[in-house]
Amino acid sequence: MKAIVLYLHVHQPYRVKHYTIFDAGYDHQYFDAEYHDRTSNQRIIHKVAEKSYIPTNKHLLDLLERHPEFRLSLSITGTLLEQLREWAPEVLASFQALTATGRVEIVAETYHHSLAFFYSRQEFEAQVDMHRRLVEELFGQTPKAFRNTELAYNNELAMWAESKGYKAILAEGWDKYLGWRSPNFMYRPVTAPNIKLLLKNYKLSDDIAFRFGDQNWSEWPLTADKFTHWLNNSGEATNFGLFMDYETFGEHQWGETGIFSFLNHLPDQWLKTAGNTFMTVSEAADRIQAVDSLDIHDTVTWADTERDLSAWLGNGMQQEAIKAIYSVEQKVLSSGDLALIADWRRLQTSDHFYYMCTKWFKDGDIHAYFSPYETPYVAYIAFMNAWHDIQYRLSERGIEV
Amino acid sequence: MLGWELPPHNSGGLGVACYQLCKNLAESGADIDFVLPYDADHQISFMNITAAHPQGIAAILKSGIAYDSYKYIYEDGHEETLSVYDQQSLYEMSVARLAEQKEFDIIHAHDWLTFRAGIRVKQQSGKPLIAHVHSIESDRAGGAKGNPIVRDIEYNAFLVADKIIAVSDFTRQSIVREYGIPVEKIEVVHNSIDPQLFEELEGENTYRYLQTMKQQGYRVVVNVGRLTIQKGLTGFLKAAKLVVDHRPKTIFLIVGNGDQYEELVTLAADLGIGRNVLFVGFQRGSRWRDAFAVADLFVMPSVSEPFGIVALEAVGYGTPVLMSRQSGVSEVLQNALKVDFWDEKEMANQMVGALSSQPLLDEMLAGSTREYNQMSWVGSANKIMGLYAEHQGAAA
Repeated sequence: MKAIVLYLHVHQPYRVKHYTIFDAGYDHQYFDAEYHDRTSNQRIIHKVAEKSYIPTNKHLLDLLERHPEFRLSLSITGTLLEQLREWAPEVLASFQALTATGRVEIVAETYHHSLAFFYSRQEFEAQVDMHRRLVEELFGQTPKAFRNTELAYNNELAMWAESKGYKAILAEGWDKYLGWRSPNFMYRPVTAPNIKLLLKNYKLSDDIAFRFGDQNWSEWPLTADKFTHWLNNSGEATNFGLFMDYETFGEHQWGETGIFSFLNHLPDQWLKTAGNTFMTVSEAADRIQAVDSLDIHDTVTWADTERDLSAWLGNGMQQEAIKAIYSVEQKVLSSGDLALIADWRRLQTSDHFYYMCTKWFKDGDIHAYFSPYETPYVAYIAFMNAWHDIQYRLSERGIEV
Repeated sequence: MLGWELPPHNSGGLGVACYQLCKNLAESGADIDFVLPYDADHQISFMNITAAHPQGIAAILKSGIAYDSYKYIYEDGHEETLSVYDQQSLYEMSVARLAEQKEFDIIHAHDWLTFRAGIRVKQQSGKPLIAHVHSIESDRAGGAKGNPIVRDIEYNAFLVADKIIAVSDFTRQSIVREYGIPVEKIEVVHNSIDPQLFEELEGENTYRYLQTMKQQGYRVVVNVGRLTIQKGLTGFLKAAKLVVDHRPKTIFLIVGNGDQYEELVTLAADLGIGRNVLFVGFQRGSRWRDAFAVADLFVMPSVSEPFGIVALEAVGYGTPVLMSRQSGVSEVLQNALKVDFWDEKEMANQMVGALSSQPLLDEMLAGSTREYNQMSWVGSANKIMGLYAEHQGAAA
């Protein structure tokens, strides 16, 4: 039996508006840009809902109804769920309709899509708990598998996930760690023998997520038929990890590219062959035996050609900004000011650091596309000004900064 | 090639740009006869340089830094300093005379002072005219209309020219807006810089006082340029006031002279930041180079800057840049802070943000230095050689 493990990551941050040093001390709203501003979170939710969330969920629900074997997994961040609740409740309801079929699994992660694992274990666990509670409340299920922000994975994270009772964890199927081995099998972390390690097949995933609409690509146009043919002829395999941003459908790849038609036909084509099926990540962990263990000491992510955290933490501004945020952790938490704590947590979202990335001339295109700021420098200035206001609010409460 | 100045006898960017451009055009095989309105030895071997002497004039000498300060020495020995309008009329007549004796395929004229001469030679010879625009009158007037005589000369040249070259897209848009010239007639050929001609810093920085203040926690912001309305210093000082309110340990170093000098000194005092703003006048040599080097941030707040090579010079001396979007250089330098010249509050916000964060300054400098080191005039020269080939063919 061969299973496609389709896993889609759904996320939007709370972008910091054009926030100046003259606002610090006066205006404590960092995320409420004017509707037509590039940093307006509400406008972006509306835009992405229309282009991606609404049509994609419609197709996914249709697929679930048409194919009893179709399954998928989603991770949806707390920052997105909050925004959907406020500005697009119909989209939230459409996600709930998917999980109500019983064949859509929600994967655990940090509520704020943060890099807290690398800076504060206490804060990291608090955010994973917050996310679990929200998923239980909205979707009536308790996550059993874990993915970290940007698929940032290492041996230590696997140990943590095992200790918390997860049955599976997700990571990039990166050649550097696999060597001659194929990502199309089940593995276990060398440090956590009791859980399964599911890998992303980055080549197949990126064929859909990045190359699908590229008319200069030698395989363009990619049809479900051709794609299924590749899977069926890729030799021995138990599972194909197709991991990607949910927004691939309709936002990164516009509807005009034919991406929805591809999504619609993929299960039709794949399920034509006996023994082919779909599994959620936990099902795959339950049903597929691990063939080997993987030793991943250094952090691997799903980003860029480096597959590391350099897009978030690679330059001095990013380092400065993230250190500043975690330097006030104890003070913010001890303030008892819930609005302050909430704002501080929203500032931990990894996207803020991504916007400060200066790797313009290499992976620059992707970074520029996803940034609402003119340059990484103004992204940094707005972020640090918000941080200065956090300091102001602390000192206003009599806390020494 | 018709030009008004060349280094070292130049008042600003025009002379440097002409020099660099001609050097690279000559290397690409162009045979250039450069006609200047004055006599001087430029020690230039890659092209022929001729002074256009009106009849009866023995010598024309540069007598100051401004581009209109030429002294005319007559054959009978008497001397006279003419207005810039008279000068450019005399230049027109002398160039027309010179052109009769020369062989050439293309007339390439730089800015309004040479445009009438360019038009005259085109009429006389039937050769194609390329009008190269380093700035237009509305730039020099800081966004106002400016002098109607000059506007007239520019307008005629743009109508008559076979092709117009603008040093930036910003300038191309200005020409379209001010003169209604069809955008297709205008080609953008960006100015550049040659990192190999960089004059090294040497010895101790001449701004010893500022070095000491920096050790006391002060940060230094520098502006280098003429003190005229075009350069946007009024808004800059208002922004400086906001910065000082927030960050008292900031010093603004202003290098340059101009008609706004007294007005700006008074404004700084009125704003209560007299102690934070240093006016050091026009400088050359090490004091010019050291001004960039001593600063933590270079700010170019221009109201209307066709190119703004000084921003690239700042990067060359190791200083990151904040510049107005109303500039050509902002089209070619990505790793910089950019602001609308009128948005004083945002200018101040960005200055405070930069001065408060060494990582930001370091990152901008690293990025802009990378860009700077890749710059050269070769691409610009190639583009112009292409235009020459196109128009030479059309004329034949």
